[in-house]
Amino acid sequence: MEMDTVLISRLLTAMTLGFHIIFATLGVGVPLMISIAEFIGIKKKDPHYRLLARRWTRGFVITVAVGVVTGTAIGLQLSLVWPNFMQVAGNVVSLPLFMEVFAFFFEAIFLGIYLYTWERFKNQYIHWLFSLPVIIGGGFSAMFITTVNAFMNTPDGFAMENGTFAAVNPIAAMLNPATPTKVFHVLTSAYLTCAAILAAITAFMILRKKATDYHKKALKLTVTLTFIFAVLTAVAGDSSAKFLAAHQPEKLAAAEWHFETEEGADLILFGWLNDAHEAIGEIRIPNVLSFLAHSDFNAEVTGLEEFPEDKWPPLWVHYMFDLMVAIGFFLPGVALLYLMLSKMKKRNEHNKAILSLIVLGGPLAMLAIEFGWIYAEEGRQPWIIRGYMTVQEAATSSPYIGLMFFLFLALYIVLGTLCIVTLRKLFRNNPAEEELEKQYPTDEKGDES
Amino acid sequence: MSYELIGISVLWIFLYGYLVVASIDFGAGFFAYYAKITKQDHVINKLISRYLSPVWEVTNVFFVFFFVGIVGFFPETAYYYGTALLVPGSIAIVLLAIRGSFYAFENYGSKQSTVYMFLYGATGLLIPASLSVALTLSEGGFITEENGVVSLQYLELFTSPLSWSIVALSIVSVLFISASFLTFYAARAQDYPALNLVRKFALFWSTPSIIAALTTFIFLSQHNSRHYESMLDLWWMFGLSVGFFMMAAWLLYRGKYYGMAFISVMLQYFFAFFGYGIGHYPYILDPFITIDDSATHESMGIALVIAFIGGLLLLIPSLILLMRLFLFNADYVKGKK
Repeated sequence: MEMDTVLISRLLTAMTLGFHIIFATLGVGVPLMISIAEFIGIKKKDPHYRLLARRWTRGFVITVAVGVVTGTAIGLQLSLVWPNFMQVAGNVVSLPLFMEVFAFFFEAIFLGIYLYTWERFKNQYIHWLFSLPVIIGGGFSAMFITTVNAFMNTPDGFAMENGTFAAVNPIAAMLNPATPTKVFHVLTSAYLTCAAILAAITAFMILRKKATDYHKKALKLTVTLTFIFAVLTAVAGDSSAKFLAAHQPEKLAAAEWHFETEEGADLILFGWLNDAHEAIGEIRIPNVLSFLAHSDFNAEVTGLEEFPEDKWPPLWVHYMFDLMVAIGFFLPGVALLYLMLSKMKKRNEHNKAILSLIVLGGPLAMLAIEFGWIYAEEGRQPWIIRGYMTVQEAATSSPYIGLMFFLFLALYIVLGTLCIVTLRKLFRNNPAEEELEKQYPTDEKGDES
Repeated sequence: MSYELIGISVLWIFLYGYLVVASIDFGAGFFAYYAKITKQDHVINKLISRYLSPVWEVTNVFFVFFFVGIVGFFPETAYYYGTALLVPGSIAIVLLAIRGSFYAFENYGSKQSTVYMFLYGATGLLIPASLSVALTLSEGGFITEENGVVSLQYLELFTSPLSWSIVALSIVSVLFISASFLTFYAARAQDYPALNLVRKFALFWSTPSIIAALTTFIFLSQHNSRHYESMLDLWWMFGLSVGFFMMAAWLLYRGKYYGMAFISVMLQYFFAFFGYGIGHYPYILDPFITIDDSATHESMGIALVIAFIGGLLLLIPSLILLMRLFLFNADYVKGKK
């Protein structure tokens, strides 16, 4: 019975977070894209970009609402579902949790201002300036919450006395070893995902109808941003792997099915494991894991054998890791292809094949966020605070947790469905061309000449 | 003043802030729906949505602020309240989620929906009821701890007159605070038909709000005499509260100085809420958690207080900007911008 409560607690948290991070990622990344589009629009005096910013904003509000309510849910669930964890960890991580709320507050205030002051100022840059605190607030709130998660992976900033945390140093806990790489990776991948999703929507519109100037500009902008952030994400991913090798070797070893400590370790792609813990049907790239972990093809990589088997993470995280990395290569590849074609005069970058690949990139990017997050979280099992508290010790003792799981499952189904329905209604009956005519009737004529 | 006292004071101020802004929001949702079914929606719905649209997200943050803050300052609260409140807390989350997202679906989506409006209005009354359970629990007697397992005594909770009177108080207070704010807002907008309607709401809900406060007081004396006694020692705070209530009711009745009337309502609840809170000291959860022995480590407490100050330096100017752009901008309120 005890076991069941823990399992359901884990499932409930995984479900809430899995749902929340879709909207949280959009909440962090989309404001940056909106701000860039609006800035270009004002600078170039091009109504197309400003309309782009407006239309993205309109869809964004719907996703923000779901993000806010699911974020509130996970915030409360931390205490409701994991009371023993919060009782202990609250002493060490409440500072970043608290600062996260401040950042969120800041963002909420300026989002309200941004949404309702579109035509209010003569100087268009004033309205654009209000997008900056939204981006900063979103970025900081992602950063602070990531430091909490980083703490759970590499706890720091306290001394242990009689089984309780003592001599707490809140700043050291926030700036624990995992923080820099995690924050870098979370932010770049959020920006990448949002750029890829907006590119996918635009490509989809071009596939369905003919490519207007508005859509072509939107595609060029979003694919270029996808490429830039994909490169940054790859750099962040690489430094994360090096961090893991140094500080959390069991997580990297589980991802790579690397059992024996050895020099010149191979990178294993996909495949499956037999009973003797040997990989079958895999693609093996010699010595690359050593390079990934230590920038040296012959470096020694710690294997899982160094850890007691009951402290191993589940070995299926390998697939999560591989899928995340594969998508991480796919996205810049497609973006680069598009950009190269658009540079060549004779080629058409708006052909069906490349547009379809861009459309595919949107959902794949979001899936990579989910895979990467599942890998990061499952990779530190069985710990909730690595080395100090297991997940089992942290869960609630309440017998009603099973009922709550279904209550929230129903909630997320309803919210997810209505969110999609509302977004579709919002844009289907309101094509960009008509709106452009309505919003900027005179500008449009000037633009043609 | 010790950091834990600063902590609980600031948190209590934030909870009071939430009480005011959330009441306005919750009540407005209910009135909007009520106006719709009584075919008066054309009169006030525009007014309500002009106020709510830029601020609904901010309201939510006050609440997040409070619960993150209390767990940060007093981690023991996570253990007791976290376990005991799993069910009522989860229900509150679901209601908040429906309310917040449906507001966006309704207002930013392309089509108006009566179902969304109904849920928006209904949750506005159910959320205060479910959140007020936490206040009831803090009085003690509903939570037991045996062999390290904390559990909530549902039967006692549901049969307690105290818990029902607190629920009643929270609902009528929401309606009273909201109606008196909307009256002020309509007066600023010089929207006289709307003013007429919401003023009637405010006058209607004033009497039940004071009756519910008195019954809660009586039931509290039966349930937790320690708390009751220390509230009696603070008689002057409750006296001021009743005084401000009478002033608010009189101003609303006279139909003048609506800004002053709303400030009186805020002061009425300020004194009652702080009298209640100070009387609760030193317990956060009677008898398990007191303010002094459950506080977090000193270094964290100080860091949190510094974060408070830094955060407020950032927030207060931003909030003032928000209010100047919308709430106190005559053109916006009148619907010209």
